Amino acid sequence: MAKPKPRVRAPKKAAKGEVIEIKTLISHPMESGLRKDSKTGELIPRKIINKFVCSYNGDEVFSADFHPAISANPYMAFYVKAEESGELVFTWTDDDGSSYSKTAKIEVA
Amino acid sequence: MTQATATGPWTRRQFIIAVGAGSALAASLSAAPFGQARAADAPTLDEAIERLVGDKELADGTEVIEMDLPQIAENGNTVPLGLSVNSPMTDEDHVTALHVFAEGNPRPDVASIHFSPKNGVAEASTRMRLAKTQNVVAIAEMSDGKAYIARAEVKVTIGGCGG
Repeated sequence: MAKPKPRVRAPKKAAKGEVIEIKTLISHPMESGLRKDSKTGELIPRKIINKFVCSYNGDEVFSADFHPAISANPYMAFYVKAEESGELVFTWTDDDGSSYSKTAKIEVA
Repeated sequence: MTQATATGPWTRRQFIIAVGAGSALAASLSAAPFGQARAADAPTLDEAIERLVGDKELADGTEVIEMDLPQIAENGNTVPLGLSVNSPMTDEDHVTALHVFAEGNPRPDVASIHFSPKNGVAEASTRMRLAKTQNVVAIAEMSDGKAYIARAEVKVTIGGCGG
């Protein structure tokens, strides 16, 4: 399987106190563990992104627990109030324990 | 979709019935790799709710939680879901968690979203899988300990779950 590729769309600049929209996506099959291989008839083991966390200058501001009912290539859009310049760090955790992350810088005027 | 059929030989009602029958057929055909019934070890909707929110009283959240879902989802593999909770999102009064369940899926849990006052607004959107026509349930937990529940029905033409 190709390595999951995280993608984030967030504004680079914002006014202080502005509520900004952040859109995230990661390429991942989100294998539910309920599907059978069409050739062998065996269950395909579950492998999903089970956790997504967004932190803003080190503070966790948003997180989500995903279950197999989240579609492949999980998409998550949410809002953050821009208070200070800094970094938004996004982390996705896989069932096998590996994690993928992406950073977005934001300048608050 | 209904606009087009209004001019055709079918009434809206007949069309919906036909679509429903079609989806039932499609579901039974595509059920083999998936299992139509819920997974053997899966909790019921009530058990799943209790596991996450305990025995809190769930107030009617129709006015509090806005669920943006299509009435008819042609593809159950990716159903867009938008959620918005009416809350000032201050330190004193904010939404702490928003849980989503799909009662007709093999497992009812979909996602739990955790907010903080730093979000500014309690809004989020994602995409979910729906195995068949069913109710999607959202529960919002507030910082004052209250909890609200809301439901929305989605008609699914081609069920999706895992594949």
